[in-house]
Amino acid sequence: MRFSEELEARFARLASQYPWKRSALIPMLLYAQDEVGYITDEVVSDIAHRLELSELDVRNVISYYSLLRTKPAGKYVVQVCTNISCLLLGADELFEHCKHRLGVGHTQVTPDGRFSLEEVECIGACSWAPAIQVNYDFHLDVTPEKMDKVLDQYATKAQA
Amino acid sequence: MKTILTPTPLVSHPDEVRIVSKRFGQGATSIDRYIELDGYKAARKALEMQPEDIINEVKVSALRGRGGAGFPTGMKWSFIPKQSDADKYILVNGDESEPATCKDRLIVEYDPHSVIEGTIIAGLAVGAKLGFIYLRGEYRYLLEIVERAVADAYAKGFLGKNIFGSNREFNIITQTGAGAYEVGEESALMESLEGKRGLPRLKPPFPAIKGLYGGPTVINNVETIASIPPIIINGGKWFASFGPEKNGGARLTCLSGHFNKPGVYELPLGYPAKKLIYDVGGGIPKGRSLKAMVPGGSSTFLLTREEAESASMDYDWFAKRGEFLGSGGVVAIDDQTCMVRMALCIMKFYQHESCGWCIPCREGTDWLKKTLMRFHAGGGMEKDIDQMLYLAENMAGRTFCALGDAAAFPTISIVKKWRDDFEMHLDGKPCPFEKKGARERDLAVV
Repeated sequence: MRFSEELEARFARLASQYPWKRSALIPMLLYAQDEVGYITDEVVSDIAHRLELSELDVRNVISYYSLLRTKPAGKYVVQVCTNISCLLLGADELFEHCKHRLGVGHTQVTPDGRFSLEEVECIGACSWAPAIQVNYDFHLDVTPEKMDKVLDQYATKAQA
Repeated sequence: MKTILTPTPLVSHPDEVRIVSKRFGQGATSIDRYIELDGYKAARKALEMQPEDIINEVKVSALRGRGGAGFPTGMKWSFIPKQSDADKYILVNGDESEPATCKDRLIVEYDPHSVIEGTIIAGLAVGAKLGFIYLRGEYRYLLEIVERAVADAYAKGFLGKNIFGSNREFNIITQTGAGAYEVGEESALMESLEGKRGLPRLKPPFPAIKGLYGGPTVINNVETIASIPPIIINGGKWFASFGPEKNGGARLTCLSGHFNKPGVYELPLGYPAKKLIYDVGGGIPKGRSLKAMVPGGSSTFLLTREEAESASMDYDWFAKRGEFLGSGGVVAIDDQTCMVRMALCIMKFYQHESCGWCIPCREGTDWLKKTLMRFHAGGGMEKDIDQMLYLAENMAGRTFCALGDAAAFPTISIVKKWRDDFEMHLDGKPCPFEKKGARERDLAVV
């Protein structure tokens, strides 16, 4: 399969820069997922081929890492941290708020495909809790009101 | 997919010692600005030094690993054999995943060149020509920052085949993870960098002898590596002078939870925890009092208020008690918080992150989580309390890596120190701290 030119260039660099080619596997999977939306069977077979690995080997690795997914997610993945620092400052309520607002639960996708929701473990933003990530973007010191604004922004972006 | 960059908030306090955070908020992501602020002077100086002298300076500095284990950095470097048929490597651990820890991200965000410079110096000290900076997958925006910084360093000739015109070679590769706490453990980190599942390796052989790609490998935390340039410039003695004996320098201390002034502060080792809580952290909000304190990430033994108020934030104060200073993530927990819920929150995390390799950890975390869920929901029995303690105590020290310990230690301390909180949940009583009771998704299936 053919990825965007930018990603093809990145893949070429990744496949050649390490002492062992296989080191490129995890970054490649993550970047492919960013472009395709999730890791499809085609992506698995393509990357296995590029790195001279078996598909089984690639799938074994995918199943270990929580950011890698083999099913479609929403365009914007809303990840609410409910680990200790966030929990102490209302992350539970924030997660419930998102559930109501988006009408979906943990790891589910909204019917329009714009959002998916996830309850996640510590994202390393503890001093600015409660914190969330939407795709790779961090939003810090989030209140339910701020959450609504953030979601509105992404909803507008999704339409554009 | 471009990430949005909103600068992470910075705080300050008069007691701070600015060693690692000295360039925060000063535009040092630009290589020219970094150079203006004394950047890359330490690497140039190190090029003039003998490798043993670099290692010795780091030994004198009493710098200890900032990831959590607190192992003396100079000693770690000295374990690397001088002669080796296999290539040697430097691996910078930026997998920062210990709950309550959010300091390495600030270093990479505000001063990425200090990490690059520290890595070069580590390479010169042990004779490695290739270094890796591994960041957790969630930190994509930081990967973009550090990739740019590395490219700028190559363009200036600070990295590559002839660094600073010295005819010596050093290269850096940046790497991303994809979401796994376990990968923060050094041997699992190497597995992940080799493109595998992040399972820990059996030790020995230790990484210094046989590490990444089978070569001798130094693995240091981001903050440890960023402490190296100031040590080389100002000397090991200078660095050692900030803290008590064998506890050199300062630490980025991440205050979170129930503090009036949360944030990341760089405080000297041995800083009194009482001042940390009530002065730097501004005390506990809403007029409440402190019930418990996590001293350094969720895998450390929790302290009661009395213990916290008498603690000294250095490795040895904790080590003498058989406990750990940990990763720099300090969490204040107020008197309106249910400690059973805290234990459950912590255990849920370790159960989720256990790689499943060792039975005590895989089974122990799962049973503890289930028991705590049932207990918190009002289905607890008297005998569960000791059973949980028994389970946790039998996990500790019986696994390949420290994840089993990390799950056991906080649990042991919570059950022992806040037994009353557990007893209040007995006889089908709802959680006395949560009006609404346990959430539906917290109810155990067992």
